[in-house]
Amino acid sequence: MEQFEPKLVAFVCNWCTYAGADLTGTSRIKYATNVRIIRFPCTGRIDFMLISKAFANGADGVIVSGCHPNDCHYTSGNFHARRRWMSYNAMLTFMGMDPERIIFSWVSAAEGAKWADIVNQSVDKIRKIGPFTEYQKLVQSGIEEENFNG
Amino acid sequence: MSRIGVFVCHCGENISATVDVAKVADDASRLPGVVHSVDYKYMCSDPGQTLVKDAIKEHNLTGVVVAACSPRMHEPTFRKACATAGLNPYLSEMANVREHCSWVHDKSEQTTQKAFDVVRAMISKVSNNGALEPIKVPVTKRALVVGGGVAGIQAALDIANCGHQVVLVERSPSIGGHMAQLSETFPTLDCSQCILTPRMVEVAQHPNITLYTYSEIESVDGFIGNFKVKIRKKARNLDEELCTGCGLCTTKCPQKKIPSEFEQGLGFRPAIYTPFPQAVPNKPIIDHDNCTYYKSGKCKICEIVCPTKAIRFEQEDTILDIEIGAIVLATGFDIKRSDFFPEYGKGKYKDVIDGLQFERLASASGPTQGMIRRPSDGQIPKKIVFIACAGSRDPAKGIEYCSKICCMYTAKHAMLYKHKVHDGEAHVFYMDIRAGGKMYEEFVRRAIVEDHVNYTRGRVSTIYELDGKLIVKGADTLLGAQAVEIEADMVVLATAGIANEGSEELAQKMHVSYDQHKFFAEAHPKLKPVETNTGGIFLAGACQTTRDIPDSVSMASGAAVKVAALFSSDLLTREPIVARVNRIPGPSHSTCVGCFLCQPVCPYQAIEREEIKDRAGNVIKSLARINEGLCQGCGTCVALCRSKSIDLLGYTDNQMHSEVLSVLEEAFV
Repeated sequence: MEQFEPKLVAFVCNWCTYAGADLTGTSRIKYATNVRIIRFPCTGRIDFMLISKAFANGADGVIVSGCHPNDCHYTSGNFHARRRWMSYNAMLTFMGMDPERIIFSWVSAAEGAKWADIVNQSVDKIRKIGPFTEYQKLVQSGIEEENFNG
Repeated sequence: MSRIGVFVCHCGENISATVDVAKVADDASRLPGVVHSVDYKYMCSDPGQTLVKDAIKEHNLTGVVVAACSPRMHEPTFRKACATAGLNPYLSEMANVREHCSWVHDKSEQTTQKAFDVVRAMISKVSNNGALEPIKVPVTKRALVVGGGVAGIQAALDIANCGHQVVLVERSPSIGGHMAQLSETFPTLDCSQCILTPRMVEVAQHPNITLYTYSEIESVDGFIGNFKVKIRKKARNLDEELCTGCGLCTTKCPQKKIPSEFEQGLGFRPAIYTPFPQAVPNKPIIDHDNCTYYKSGKCKICEIVCPTKAIRFEQEDTILDIEIGAIVLATGFDIKRSDFFPEYGKGKYKDVIDGLQFERLASASGPTQGMIRRPSDGQIPKKIVFIACAGSRDPAKGIEYCSKICCMYTAKHAMLYKHKVHDGEAHVFYMDIRAGGKMYEEFVRRAIVEDHVNYTRGRVSTIYELDGKLIVKGADTLLGAQAVEIEADMVVLATAGIANEGSEELAQKMHVSYDQHKFFAEAHPKLKPVETNTGGIFLAGACQTTRDIPDSVSMASGAAVKVAALFSSDLLTREPIVARVNRIPGPSHSTCVGCFLCQPVCPYQAIEREEIKDRAGNVIKSLARINEGLCQGCGTCVALCRSKSIDLLGYTDNQMHSEVLSVLEEAFV
């Protein structure tokens, strides 16, 4: 059987993780091609809805990564993101989704190698969990996709 | 309907070696809204930019996507090109297909697919971009320089000489930094204090410089051009207006045997002291931990003898609020001490000292008046071993980097020793000699050839004490790792340079990034070495990485010119990436319900209360309003807003949703 290749979307902040991923490139460290990076000014900007949209549209996993605690370019955006993540995590569990599909991490602008590790580990992890089909099942059971996509 | 132009860059072969750029451009041309799609060797070159400009005019483009390097690199370049061609610069986006794609994946279909996915996502995003106008904010033309070493001094003087106000903050009681502790400087062997102290005095007397020594940064708020800084001026316990610096108090203080920080523990100072005779300002401070009065409630001899009655035991720290336009960080470095090295005795051998201690021994103003005497018994050592790379370039010790200055100062130390002790023997153990710099290699050759310093290539594995001698065991790797054993009277370790104490806390207060060794991070390693990623904050000297005096001074002048450029106009242009609360016609005026949950999460206090009144002046609704001068565009309020009434320009919900949906459109692996 062909190996399952998961689709991952990474929501990263501009100042730490995006720059860290740039450093991965500058250092020519190779990692899996399964991830697409979306740049935000700060992890504080990342809305639940965007992550939900990603899952609704075929993502098997999501990485959320920003500056280390206390290193936020905007002082506290990463703390708000973390706090929001705690409640989102509870909501995902309540909805019967596997919260393991979201990988939350801190990658600084100096941690190019760590970014490659995070991506590779996340791809492996999601590959083990398997494809995300719950949402499609919901669609089939009568909940229209239109409602979810607004 | 949008009319998007797509421009795919080869970046020489950096992108095209692993990504099929022609295919990406071709596939992109078939996407809805795309009217023009090309690939080109170097998009950032002049002809490449012309390609973009011409296409904007020819195809009447409403949006541009450049698939090339990181937007952190060339976004400003292409925005500028768009603006020249008459397209609002914020209608362009970059797809990062180099750092995030071609450089991190091998040549494969998946790599090309990923590049295309990213391009497609940016096309979707840019279709939802709106034209934005830059925001103009006023600039406070006063600079803050943090750190009063040679870099801070140079930066302060250069900015002040441009006619701007400078506030120089130094945490120790005097400015001067490490350079004030040095004996002579390489490669000229001129006296360090002789060249530094005139500049220290110049700082103190400059009409544009306000000097706060024994002071620390308490907090920093605001943003480029408009920082609000709180400085904690620690209590010196004296009235600085009255104190004349006569020094009578320091001579009468009964506490005399406190190890002096300035002398690196090799000399002593009283409890009320100035760190060194040429200190600027030449006003003492009281060390509460060692002062008899603070310990026992009795003494006050200094107060009794002070001819101007300047001593104030009850004085407290004061907090100063200062408005600042730009900040130069020049907080310098520190070194590892000999107790860091278990193989060299972990600090228990008195005669195993570090480089800064040797500087004090060799200094004419030092504890031995410039005589090289060993700390244990005051004897003149007849044989000294200098160990270069003590800690540096040693991944096992967590310090992979070269400290850069040690090769040179070790040669200098060996030379100074030979000049002072003619019949002495100087041995140097080194890994490599890195003497890049004007007259540097010649200087090292002089130490070897003219002053007969014995250089041995190899490392020292252990040092132990035996019958008053230090047995140094090492290897000579040029003789096939032959064991070498030297009976030395003294050992000097050229210990690794490290980030200064408290640099992490300071970086967090300033919101600047720092590397894994806690040195401050520059915005770009080559093209923006003095800038940080935080607008309006610049770096000078060894706080970025260890560097020698000429490098620190030139970096400080570089930072100063950046500050002067910032202060050259009254208004500063800022990116219009700010949050905005929606407004609609009455009676509701906005979907904002006035819950003000956004207010406490804003780190910049940018959210204000706006009251909508009817004709009679009665308040009918309270809305949130963003002060665009204060908003820095983090977007935390946007994600938090329950009624989705706030949006972040440049990263609107529409833009981000379409980017997320689009990136997932195809099976991408």
